[in-house]
Amino acid sequence: MNTNDVLLTMRDVRIDGFSDDRWHQIIKGVDITLKRGEILGLIGESGAGKSTLGLAAMGFARPGCKFTGGSIEFDGIDLLQLTNAELRNLHGSRIAYVAQSAAASFNPAHRLINQTIEATVSHGIADQTSAKQDAVQLYTDLQLPDPDTIGERYPHQVSGGQLQRVMTAMAMSSRPDLIIFDEPTTALDVTTQVEVLTAMRAIVEKYNTAAIYITHDLAVVAQMADSIKVLRYGETVEDAPTRDMMSDPKQAYTQSLWAVRSIEKSPQPQVDNILKISHVDASYGKSVKVLNDVNIKVPRGQTIAIVGESGSGKSTTARAITGLLPPLTGDIIFNGQTLPAALKNRTKSELQSIQMIYQMADTAMNPRHTVRDIIGRPLNFYLGLTGQAQDKKVMELLHLIELDESFLDRYPSELSGGQKQRICIARALAAEPELIICDEVTSALDQIVQEGILKLLLRLQEELGITYIFITHDIATVRAIADQVVVMFQGKVVEQGDKQEIFHPPYPAYTELLLSSVPEMDPDWLTQLQEKRAG
Amino acid sequence: MLMLMIRAYFRTSIQKRSFFALAIHYVLDLVWALVFIFNLVHGVMIYVHPILTTVIQRLGLGLLTLFVVSIIIFSSLEFLPGDFGQAVLGQAALPETVEAFRRELGLDKPPIERYISWVGNVISGDLGTSFSGRNSSGVDRSRDVWELIQPRLANTLFLASMTAIIAVPLALALGITAALYRNSIYDRVVNSATLTTISFPEFFVAYILILVFSTYFKVFPSLANISDTTPFLEKIYRSSLPALTLTLVIVAHMMRMTRAAIINLLASPYIEMAQLKGASKAKIILHHALPNAWAPIVNVIAFNLAYLVVGVVVVEVVFVYPGLGQLMVDAVSSRDIPVVQGCALIFAGTYILLNLFADVISIITNPRLLHPR
Repeated sequence: MNTNDVLLTMRDVRIDGFSDDRWHQIIKGVDITLKRGEILGLIGESGAGKSTLGLAAMGFARPGCKFTGGSIEFDGIDLLQLTNAELRNLHGSRIAYVAQSAAASFNPAHRLINQTIEATVSHGIADQTSAKQDAVQLYTDLQLPDPDTIGERYPHQVSGGQLQRVMTAMAMSSRPDLIIFDEPTTALDVTTQVEVLTAMRAIVEKYNTAAIYITHDLAVVAQMADSIKVLRYGETVEDAPTRDMMSDPKQAYTQSLWAVRSIEKSPQPQVDNILKISHVDASYGKSVKVLNDVNIKVPRGQTIAIVGESGSGKSTTARAITGLLPPLTGDIIFNGQTLPAALKNRTKSELQSIQMIYQMADTAMNPRHTVRDIIGRPLNFYLGLTGQAQDKKVMELLHLIELDESFLDRYPSELSGGQKQRICIARALAAEPELIICDEVTSALDQIVQEGILKLLLRLQEELGITYIFITHDIATVRAIADQVVVMFQGKVVEQGDKQEIFHPPYPAYTELLLSSVPEMDPDWLTQLQEKRAG
Repeated sequence: MLMLMIRAYFRTSIQKRSFFALAIHYVLDLVWALVFIFNLVHGVMIYVHPILTTVIQRLGLGLLTLFVVSIIIFSSLEFLPGDFGQAVLGQAALPETVEAFRRELGLDKPPIERYISWVGNVISGDLGTSFSGRNSSGVDRSRDVWELIQPRLANTLFLASMTAIIAVPLALALGITAALYRNSIYDRVVNSATLTTISFPEFFVAYILILVFSTYFKVFPSLANISDTTPFLEKIYRSSLPALTLTLVIVAHMMRMTRAAIINLLASPYIEMAQLKGASKAKIILHHALPNAWAPIVNVIAFNLAYLVVGVVVVEVVFVYPGLGQLMVDAVSSRDIPVVQGCALIFAGTYILLNLFADVISIITNPRLLHPR
């Protein structure tokens, strides 16, 4: 078969989605042409319609969505004309899907190997025995540990990165012509992401499988895709081969995606420490220690970033500082005074001076309170403001976070993700704190919105002299806004120092691994990294 | 209830007041002993399989529950006005006669003493002797409590099993098919039909069934008076209407939980994954959703099976079925403490065992608990 022939053609595809009691256009006429063995990267912010379009390539619309126009032709078959049964015959045999959250997409009740070969066996592509043998081969190709026996485990018994690779094996089991990867590495740590990316890229190359790779991370898509399509509001913004797109983006929107990581922060003068964490150990229940002899110094008026992968103890450190999780041993020294370990023993002014902002702005706000109530509460609690005075202060705070009075009586559900996070920032500011702990505050946001929030935080710091502890796993954010960096690994501080110092060699082994795993825009980055690590 | 207890407390003699002090002491000691044993066992069991741990934990807690239940039953009977002597001999009886009768039954002893000796007997396997038919009526025709309970218990279990054998598979089948064809006409008919039957009081359902199946169409007998000597098939035939009544009463609850538990899972990402792997609708429900839905379903089934054993006295009365419920109601009205206590222990034990059964099934069907990391 000629490798140049076309596998998938989508012409003027239109999809509507039902929400707020009416139909909205989600995809407004998008074309895709995919050749055999080719990988197309779909990139865009959340709500751009990436996932919907990816599923549409399978002829599938989620509940609440419907096709309203266009054609989808897969290897000469018009998917939109097929009956459900005919479509089912293609799914899991010739077209396969790899979902974002592997942990949620595996059925907790069945063993991995049975889920891996389920579609292959039920479609009659192979019998049970040979499919299992093949699955073990795929596990080996994907460099899973113990490939002979890992399939006998249940989903909860393996790690997230391993599950994501098993899911790739599951998609590959029937040797499909096309795989849809829907943000397969978004939920993973950078160090794990590299392994998964490498494994996925090798296996689609080995079997010459075509793929649509959906992500919001440019650097990732640059490693995986032959060509890239940028989506926005359900429409194509730009289409080009990867190298052209990376080196010479044509559209303003595409250029703005590239420009996000351009915040720069000038070094701050060294002053006294506002907070000292001294020899802190902490654990949940009687289990193993989550924090092990943690020592951190936080200089006043600066931003200190705590980085590390999930489970490294970043958020636990924040909980220990705020008193939500009283440390087993060690002291939290704030402005030269040792704070009581437990939240309930702290005075109002001690509580007032340390505030927190959370990753999930949705769940950190009471959905039945208006913006006025949400910001007004700390004003009343800490400053005793009521009525007119309180309203006036709420308005001031809204202006500070670059929103206007029209937001006063809105509920959280009527705000966008970025606006929600701004309200959370205003709520923290309302207490007039000296220190704000930001726990992954931009992780759930799109790049462009992220930039807005980060700029706002920097401006507030300049104007109000607030100190930030910025917890994140995103190295790009750290480079942008931190003065000092703390690297954590398995509950211990691996390294602490100025940003320049940390980000320049020589590195301790873990910092090296962490930094080198952050994807770069260069399309050859992954290949070079592989060679470097192998050599 | 609280008012009653307080009033009864102030009416009691000094003797009875010491009963409270002693009883509280006794209870606390026992609770502490049990907690100690529980912790000890738990400490050892943490290294053993989770199912074994749960079973042993629950059996331990079950014993504690039985103990508390027996105290509650015993003291609430104590608080009721009058006692067995007065209830049997009537208002016309001379005080001396009542006094003599009470002495014979041991009711003149302080309650704490009676309770302790009763507990001691139960632990050695003796539920005691019924109060009725004692010596003072001339001949001692009193019977062992177990002898009274045993045939009734057999009947109750017979009716409960017969109902369960019909109702559980029926409810599961209806629930699964309703989930499979959700929002269809079939789903709506099944839902409203089961809701209708559960909305009527059970005696009403019973009388309607009698009207239809024994009066208009003489298919089944309206009396379910079975005994030990009734042949097995005859027993089934005579118990048909009570079993049918109970089936109608319990199917709705189980069926709706089955349907809801399955549908609840249909929004999970792994169900979408199964769809995208080309699995059929039936396979998605049976292979992907149902195995994850057992825990809530089994809990509701256990709850309903317990109801079949302990809560069916109304249906027993309507069909004159000689079950355990009627025995207990009769014993309460005549203050026949040993019989009431015996029945209460059996009822509480039923709940404990069925809940334990539900927990074990929940663990077996959940790989996270069955195969910890």
